[in-house]
Amino acid sequence: MPKVPGLFKGLGVTFGTMVETITHGANTVQYPHVKEAPPVRARGVIALHEGNCTSCMLCARSCPDWCIYIEGHKELAPPRRAGGKPRAVNKLDRFDIDYALCMYCGICVDVCPFDALFWSPEYEYSEPRIADLLHDKSKLGEWMETVPAAPELEVGADKKGKK
Amino acid sequence: MYALLSSIPYWGQTILRLIGGSVAVLLPAGTIVYLFLFKMMSFMQSRLGPMEAGPYGSMQLFAEVGKWLQKEDLMPERADKFVFKIAPLVVLSSTFLLVVVVPFGPDAWITNFEAGVFYALAVSSVSVLGILMAGWSSANKYSLLGGLRAAGQLIAYELPMILAVVGVVIQAGSMNLQNIVVAQNAGSIFGWDGLGNPYLLTQFIGFIIFMIAVQAELTQTPFDMPIAESELVSGYMTEYSGFRFLIFFIGEFATAGVFAFIASVLFLGGWGVPFSWFGWTEINDVDNWMNVGGPLIMLTKMLGLVFIIMWVRFSYPRFREDQLQRFAWKILIPVSLVNIVATSVLKVAF
Repeated sequence: MPKVPGLFKGLGVTFGTMVETITHGANTVQYPHVKEAPPVRARGVIALHEGNCTSCMLCARSCPDWCIYIEGHKELAPPRRAGGKPRAVNKLDRFDIDYALCMYCGICVDVCPFDALFWSPEYEYSEPRIADLLHDKSKLGEWMETVPAAPELEVGADKKGKK
Repeated sequence: MYALLSSIPYWGQTILRLIGGSVAVLLPAGTIVYLFLFKMMSFMQSRLGPMEAGPYGSMQLFAEVGKWLQKEDLMPERADKFVFKIAPLVVLSSTFLLVVVVPFGPDAWITNFEAGVFYALAVSSVSVLGILMAGWSSANKYSLLGGLRAAGQLIAYELPMILAVVGVVIQAGSMNLQNIVVAQNAGSIFGWDGLGNPYLLTQFIGFIIFMIAVQAELTQTPFDMPIAESELVSGYMTEYSGFRFLIFFIGEFATAGVFAFIASVLFLGGWGVPFSWFGWTEINDVDNWMNVGGPLIMLTKMLGLVFIIMWVRFSYPRFREDQLQRFAWKILIPVSLVNIVATSVLKVAF
């Protein structure tokens, strides 16, 4: 018997929610027609800035799922100053991320020492075939356009890199 | 007032009743599933439910039925094949047998059975057999457990249901559902007949017990122990797929509709309006248009009652097995017995 008021309260909660849904609309969004904007720093997809990548393999080695595939070779680039030696640079041949395996931990983004990997909030890249979830470096490069600008540094923060 | 019926030949009446019976079972089932299961449940969870198939998802039911019809007819290798196949039909047939005695208007009945209440309560327990058959023949431990739980629960809650109806029968002085409708609408409350005398008022305790028992008979939450999905996968329906599952599904909601019909006949005055509104005093005075208006009134009352059933279903968590049995045997049955005694005493006193 002492439980009876609680029972009616429970009925009231569901009824109130129903009335609110009818009058004020639902909490949900009708997805394909209406899209929710994910937060700017959402972990949607990883983008690759190819020019920064030195194929150091840190990301591939730190990936818990082993879903990053990197191949590269050394090339000789022209010297920086006239009369200098030609420089050896790592040329990236292949950079694939298999999103069928990726668990969006973001360790690769954190571990990259040259700012070549970025999070993008884009999430609509499902495919009918699982093999198509392997994004190659050109596709990963396309995601760069969707990467939001880096947030402003805090006042007084040291800017890293070359002075 | 059987003039309208007797002017139609027997085969015509039979066809009308076949159509009427099917409509009376399938139309409420479809309406309940769309209106309450799809839409009301979604609203209560602050979402919109199906919106794509047809305007506001109203064609979703056809999509669902189409999906189920396409599915493979699976059967466990060691299942008792014959029993496995007919079990859903037994469950659904009890629904069709149940609607037979429900009067929808002065002439719009399928059979005007003298012991209608007795028949309805007896036939409603046939579905227990179907559920037990389904659970046992599946050769699956979850199914068996679900079937046994269902049998225990349905038998336990049949008693309070029957005892709650006894109060109505005593007050109406008849077991014929048609007579119960007439007794309510021709009745009066202390001489005031503006509302008739719906037994909801005098048999309120009986009504509450009946609705709780109906909730348990339909195995709707909080009494869905037999199909407790977190423990038993889907109880006795675990091994069913495709069309056979569809029959169980239709059976569940059609039975909800038919039980709501019976509850509205027993407690809310059924198809009738208070007879004093139109100066009628007995069933032979009732105008012919009530054969059309009656079913609509019944549909409205049915939807109201099913709203309550579904509202409770979407609001409460599940009872534990022992709580469920204790509630039936220790609370509902004693209360309904007291209700019977009180009704009999008052019946004699007035």
